[in-house]
This record gives sequence, structure tokens and C-alpha cells, in this order.
Amino acid sequence: MLKTEISGINFENPLILAAGVMGSNASSLNWILDSGAGGVVTKSFSQEPNLGYSNPTTVAVEGGILNAIGLSSPGVQNFKKELALINKSNKDGQKNIAIASIYGSNPDEFSNLVHNIENDVDMIELNVSCPHAMSGCGAAIGQDPDLTYEIVKTVKNASSNNIPILAKLTPNVTDLMEIAKSAEKAEADGLTLINSLGPGMKIDIDAKKPILSNKFGGMSGPAIKPIAIRWVYDAYENCDIPIIGVGGISNYKDVVEFIYAGAKATQIGTSIMYEGIEIFSKIKNDLKNFMQKNEFNSIDEMIGYSHKN
Amino acid sequence: MDKIINNYEILEIKEIISETNTIKTFIFDWEMNEDRTPLPGQFVMIWSFSKVFDEKPMSISMIDKDKNEIGITVKNIGNFTANLHSLSAGDKLGIRGPYGNGFNTENIKDKNILAIGGGVGMAPINCFTNYSKELGGNIDIICASVTKDELLFSNSDNEINDNKLTDKFNKDKATKNIGTVNVFTCTDDGTCGFEGYATHRTTDLLKYKSYDMVVVCGPEIMMKGIFDLLKDKKIPAQYSMERYMKCAMGICGQCCVDKKGWRICVEGPVFSNKDLKEIQEFGKYHRNASGLKEKY
Repeated sequence: MLKTEISGINFENPLILAAGVMGSNASSLNWILDSGAGGVVTKSFSQEPNLGYSNPTTVAVEGGILNAIGLSSPGVQNFKKELALINKSNKDGQKNIAIASIYGSNPDEFSNLVHNIENDVDMIELNVSCPHAMSGCGAAIGQDPDLTYEIVKTVKNASSNNIPILAKLTPNVTDLMEIAKSAEKAEADGLTLINSLGPGMKIDIDAKKPILSNKFGGMSGPAIKPIAIRWVYDAYENCDIPIIGVGGISNYKDVVEFIYAGAKATQIGTSIMYEGIEIFSKIKNDLKNFMQKNEFNSIDEMIGYSHKN
Repeated sequence: MDKIINNYEILEIKEIISETNTIKTFIFDWEMNEDRTPLPGQFVMIWSFSKVFDEKPMSISMIDKDKNEIGITVKNIGNFTANLHSLSAGDKLGIRGPYGNGFNTENIKDKNILAIGGGVGMAPINCFTNYSKELGGNIDIICASVTKDELLFSNSDNEINDNKLTDKFNKDKATKNIGTVNVFTCTDDGTCGFEGYATHRTTDLLKYKSYDMVVVCGPEIMMKGIFDLLKDKKIPAQYSMERYMKCAMGICGQCCVDKKGWRICVEGPVFSNKDLKEIQEFGKYHRNASGLKEKY
């Protein structure tokens, strides 16, 4: 009943762990998968190891959190060992879907990463959207339609096994649809909408300083959901490739909202902080009840429902 | 959600106590509200925003509910801690927390408890023993360090002479003291008390006395030694672990340990010996800020 499909990859349910949350090692990813997630996205990793920014790297604000972890990564050679340890199926015997989130600053880095890991995971998500990345990475790519096209195209050509490629995009642009269409034109297999908002800043009035060591960071959590919903809705109208909705999901109603807007699946991250990892099993049950009550037999029937007359 | 948002505070250091040449305790006024009243074994995140800009987890070493104070006890081991040591009373630090699961202190009245602290690992142990003493536990502390000058919270009033060990135990037994604290010092170089490691001292004490519960905090290699020593003895034990932390709110994944994936900041930092068996990296390796494994 909860199954959904994206570019030929079948998910047991539409609830996926978002990138950057409890995704630094296979153990926590397996824990999340066993707790009921249909798939997981790893923390973004790069070619070479990177320590990220110094603390404070996260700060709670009204409606969510700001983070500037700074894309810490052990480097692909080390992270490959973690990818190999992600279980192929969960404790109930259902197939796990593992999605690798990768970042780089140029086409070569992205190609090398794809070569390295395309046989270790089911899908690859391109982080061209991190709002607190080092120069040349993350949103520096995703805010430019030509660079986005170039990276997606490079990655598609680099893959020898035609692994599905998702482009995770930033909302911090004038017109996200222009970027989304570039990614589609470059033959991205799907869009993940949206990365964290902003960047934003929190100043402590007693310390008289920004709390984050990087000063600004990406905003996530319930407050960004309306913006995410809007972009998923628009992308559904403007693009023909599958959409994964992400941003501020904390209960089944949020998931339904994203699916009605046009998402084929959703990602959950920040609310783990409030709800614990039990959030996956809870939403799964609540979603099933909702579907039964509303006489939906499949996720497919619900996708883009709000666009229908 | 409010609980997490509202608990970041900039506090003046009320008092600084020099414990050893390298260790200081910092005392803060702390309102004991429902969400903020700490338990022994919990930690706070300390944000330094002048000179050295960084934030680190620190165990709570003192909780005084009457005076509304908490303390952290910090060893000078790097830039961040050196900066803390350079501060004076009246200087300010950011504090959020308390976080994590502390020591389980249920039903400890009249129980014989062995509390083992190595080096600055005595910080949460001190917090635990003061708390448990009030609940009526009989506590023997093994206070271990490399050398005499580095002994932390050895409180010589309670210290007992080694060769009177058996006498003391017999006396305790006879008078059935409740809420007692005995401190057994132990130094690697023998400059105070027993000469040798905390593991040796533990082996020694177990010859004289049986315990209902053990709590441990110290360098991970020391804790692994104690863990291996106690694993066949069927004494419930709790260990306070440490990992590099970023968010401390259970989201970033930095402190997740193999193989269960548990977060030290949420499921830990204190684990029972039963749970610790599942933490395969315990005593073997930890991950640095990039996520790279580093062996102990």
C-alpha cells in the first residue's frame, strides 16, 4: 500500500532519511532503516576528507534549527567502507534503498565520486544546494542553471551502470524552476526539493555574537515546510521527472501534503530531534490509517492530487 | 521544541576552584527548572565565544539543588580547555543542556556501590557519589590518576589507609553505616595510595567486598579494562562514554557508535554493561570531526 517508485527504484514506503542527519556511518543508517524508513540518504561526502566547521555547528531557532556543519566528510575511500556495511534489507526482510549524497567543486570531482560508488548504492543524490558550503561547492553550483546542467550532465555521462541521479536543489534562488528545468534537461532522474533555507543567522544578545562559528547556516525544520511545498507543487507542473519532497516534515499530514503537491516520496530529517527515530514507524502507521480512511489504495493515487480539479 | 530552543544561556562563572595543576572546576548559578534539573552523568554543551570560539560537551561534576548551582570540571588538554582555564570568575560562557542519559540511581538505598573514576573521569563520578550518598548508598570510590598531584576529588577526609582495608570493611559491616563514602586512591606511579591501574585496584577491592553496582568513567582504555574484568561477575555496571560531538541534540550523527548506531548524546553518554556489549567500537576506535576512524 505504501510502496512508491522513483526511476525504477522501488521503495517500501515514501519515508526516506534526509541527507546530513544521522548519516555519518552505516550503523546509524541501518538503525533508521530497521526503524521503518523506506530508504536513507547518507551524509554528503566528498573526494577528500574534510573536518567541517568548528562548533557551534547547530543552533535551535524558532521553528527549527540552523546548521553549518560545513560538509564534514571522511572522504570517499573511507566512506566506501561504510557504504558496504549498509544492510540490503531491514530487520523485517524488506529491501533497503541506500542513496549516496555527494558533493564536489568541479565536474571531475563529481565524476570520480560516481565512479567510486556507483556499485555500492541504489541511487546518487547530488548536493548542489548546501547553503553553508565552502567556495565552489553546494549552492554555488545549484544557484547557477548552467553549472547545474554541467554537473548533472557530467555525472550522468560518468556513470557506467546508469545509476539514477537525483539533483537536490536549493530554494535560495530567484527562480528555482529555471534550475529544476536545467537539471531535467541534463537528464537528472529526479529532483529532491528543497535543501535548507537561507542561510540564516542567530545572534546571542548576551554574547553579542552570532552563535554558529560559520556565523550563518541553513535553516531546516517545520518553519520551512510551506516553501518546500510550494516548490514541489511548482516543479510538478513544470517538470516531468519524479520529485522527492523534503523540508519540515514532522507528521503524516505533512507527508500527505507533499504527496498531494506532487512528491513521489519524502525525506525526513530535523524532526528526529523532536520526535526521535520512532518518527518513521509512527508516520508509516498514521499514513496507512489515513489512506484507508480516505480510500486510497496506493501512494500513486495520491501523487499530485492537489493539481486535479 | 521549546525545551531545546529556550535553554541556551550565557552565564557568568560564579566561582573557579583549582583542583589540581591541570584541572579546574567552574561553578554557575543554575535554576533547577523541570527541564533543566540535571542528573548525575548528564552533560552540558559549553560555548566559548571570546578568544577561542568553540563549543564542547562537559560532564556535570556538581549539582547543588539547595544553592541552585552546577559545576563542570575541566582538564587543560587543548586550545579550548586552555582558554577556559584562563578565565576568571565573572567571565561568561554559553551553556545549553543538560543532555543525555545519566546514571541510573534507582533503588540504591543501602546498596554497596563501587564508583571508579580515572583522571578527569572523576567529574561525573563525583556528581554521582554526592547524589547517591544522599539517597543512602554505601559508596566506595576508586579515585585513579597517573600521579598524586593529578588525583581529582580524592577528598582526603574519606581516604582510608590501605593496610586497614579489612578492618574498615568489617567495621562498616558491623555498624551498618548508611550513606557512607570511602575513597581509595590509586596512582600509576604509586605516589599516593595503591600503585597501579584502576583495574588492579578493582581486582583488589573485589577480594574483600562484594558490590551491588559499579559506575565507571575514565579513559576508554581504562573503562574497557574494567568492563572486561567485570563481565563475568554479573554485577550491574554503568559506564560514561565520550565521543566527538557537534549538535548534542541527536540529529547530526557525529557521535553515533558502531554497531547499533546509538547516539552518545541521546542514548548515552551512560550505558549499562548490557548495552555496552553492543557497542563494538568501545575501547577500539572513535571518529574524528570528519567521521574518520581513529584507533585508541
